[in-house]
Amino acid sequence: MSVRVGKTDKAAAFPVAAKTALKNDQLRANVRRATDTIRGKRALRVEEMPDWQKLRDAASAIKAHTLRHLDEYLVEFEKNCELVGGKVHWARDADEANAIAVKLIKEYGGTEVIKVKTMTSDEVQMNVALEAAGITPIETDLADMIVQMGHDEPSHIVVPALHKNRFEVRDLFRETMQKPELTEQPEELTGAARAYLRERFLKVKIGVSGANFAIAETGGVCVVESEGNGRMCLTMPDVLITLVGVEKVIPRFEDLEVFLQLLPRSATGERMNPYNSLWCGVHPSDGPKAFHVILLDNGRTNLLHDEMERETLECIRCGACLNACPVYRETGGHAYGSIYSGPIGAILSPQLQSLEHSRSLPYASTLCGACYEVCPVKINIPEILIHLRGRVVREEQATLGGKLAVENLAMQGAAIAFKSQRRYEAAQRLAQAGQALFREGDQLENLPGMAGGWTKYRDLRAIPKQSFRDWWKSRSNGGNA
Amino acid sequence: MHIALFVACYNDTLFPETGIAVTRVLERLGHTVTFPLAQTCCGQMHYNTGYHREAVPLVRRFVEMFRDAEAVCVPSASCVAMMREHYEMMAEAENDAAFLADVRSLLPRVFEFSELLANRLQTEDVGATFEHSVTYHPSCHSLRMLHVGDAPTRLLRRVRGLSLLELPKKEQCCGFGGTFAVKNVDVSVAMLTEKQGCVVETGAEVVTALDNSCLMQIYGGLHRSGSAVRTMHIAEILASEGVAR
Repeated sequence: MSVRVGKTDKAAAFPVAAKTALKNDQLRANVRRATDTIRGKRALRVEEMPDWQKLRDAASAIKAHTLRHLDEYLVEFEKNCELVGGKVHWARDADEANAIAVKLIKEYGGTEVIKVKTMTSDEVQMNVALEAAGITPIETDLADMIVQMGHDEPSHIVVPALHKNRFEVRDLFRETMQKPELTEQPEELTGAARAYLRERFLKVKIGVSGANFAIAETGGVCVVESEGNGRMCLTMPDVLITLVGVEKVIPRFEDLEVFLQLLPRSATGERMNPYNSLWCGVHPSDGPKAFHVILLDNGRTNLLHDEMERETLECIRCGACLNACPVYRETGGHAYGSIYSGPIGAILSPQLQSLEHSRSLPYASTLCGACYEVCPVKINIPEILIHLRGRVVREEQATLGGKLAVENLAMQGAAIAFKSQRRYEAAQRLAQAGQALFREGDQLENLPGMAGGWTKYRDLRAIPKQSFRDWWKSRSNGGNA
Repeated sequence: MHIALFVACYNDTLFPETGIAVTRVLERLGHTVTFPLAQTCCGQMHYNTGYHREAVPLVRRFVEMFRDAEAVCVPSASCVAMMREHYEMMAEAENDAAFLADVRSLLPRVFEFSELLANRLQTEDVGATFEHSVTYHPSCHSLRMLHVGDAPTRLLRRVRGLSLLELPKKEQCCGFGGTFAVKNVDVSVAMLTEKQGCVVETGAEVVTALDNSCLMQIYGGLHRSGSAVRTMHIAEILASEGVAR
């Protein structure tokens, strides 16, 4: 089995990619403006909910329960979906999911597909596989369309083109749609997109979608969106193929009551989404005549065995953690090297791939806890980050290079010093004496190794001659212990 | 009350004035302060960087040392967060019932400095005078893990001569994050730049917090930029006895 998550295998380490992102002032301004706006709206919509914390508890409980019984609920979903005329396919990894999609599209004689709301298809890089098979994928979610037109990558899990402002979108539309007269007025831009997309909605006979929820009890699927382009994709084509990560299943229809209150408020600061599409199987007089669901694993079930790691799969992809994250705020999403960016990306991308890639991501956080605070399903992201750091360290320590790495040696040295008063006080003296090499007045400069990263950009006061314990010992009444 | 001081290793070494200030405030209020000299580190640096195994002996050391304390005062919110968030889980993983029982018994007696004063001791006026304008940075761990709420500002508002100025975007992280500050230097500095701008914008003479780690970061940026704004741990302000006008 080969688990792939977008282009993470080719991505630069987070600190390197972040350095590039930090040089892009326009991008940073766009990210700040957009996240500030969404955060503000979210805060208003959350404050008005007296039972917000109870809803979070309920959502977390439903998800935790489902994940403990995922095997049963997936089979129940399959059974009920097929009872009403759907067909369920199981994909172990990215390649299997793509092969199933390509085979289905070819069977129906399609050369084009309209796509909507499927970040999971970016995870498996479905567009690459479709194009290789001679099939043209057309993204119809406005932001996904902008990303596709610009040969760009999504930078946010809810607002994929968040890194672009309307002037940049205007320029892109002018060029790709050959409409040099377009201005940056939002009405004009959406009007142009509407005309462009309507043509395709009317013409293309196969749709590919994602899902926010797959309901075991009914075999139904739910997609929420703001534009109505999703509704078009879900209802106009003859054939609908829906790609669903296995963690998206929920037990009962009534569970939606909890999630449909939490998701829009957390994601876009709306009380409800303008479009909530729910469908079950096929109906002779309405909607697609054929409906296929591809249930995707792609590393997800590897997370089930560990209670803490499993919590990652509770995510409903609202993006609130991205908007709240002070790291994401500075770098935007591309620095994370994965379609899953921000705090949730920092735990999801590495885990799906058993830490083979994205190993710098668990360290791309100050553990400030802003993500956990806003998470509608209460994923303790800081705790999972620390857990993953532990895995990274243990794996590194198992290699000779890792054992001899400067950081490991420093940490082992510190651990030894901290285990004895005598050694700890000796280390204090050593630091007080050793700093003479770097001392400039009352400041330390040009420290060696990793500490050099501090002194390059920040000042650092020299270590005082008298430690607190020295002072304590020197007090007339001191030395009590 | 008999209060055992766990000063935190980095305060001991880099910021002795904070431990001295804590001692002065508590003694001024009539409490007895002890400082067990065998104390070293709470294990946070190791644990949060992923060196979990290495942190365990440090946790055991802390617990053994303070097991019988009436109350433990820690002038570092992030160390207290380390204890409350992880000690129990670590002890459980060690499969050592006695260790776990000690952790569970000790934790409710461990207090961050402002919590100890405002909540445990119910003292808001500590008799301090500090004639300066001050802005308060609520450190992430104090805010979102310890939930200290307004305990620190209740203390600051009772300081004679002090004018407290609201910090814009106060709940946003300063970018320190322990080893994050050196592993992700560029992002850390970008975050600091925003925080520093907010501090300067207040026009305050002093920026304070419950954590010298955050203040070390903020000082690093302010001092490098030539700003005259000073960084002071809240204990140093509360220890101050300058004469009021």
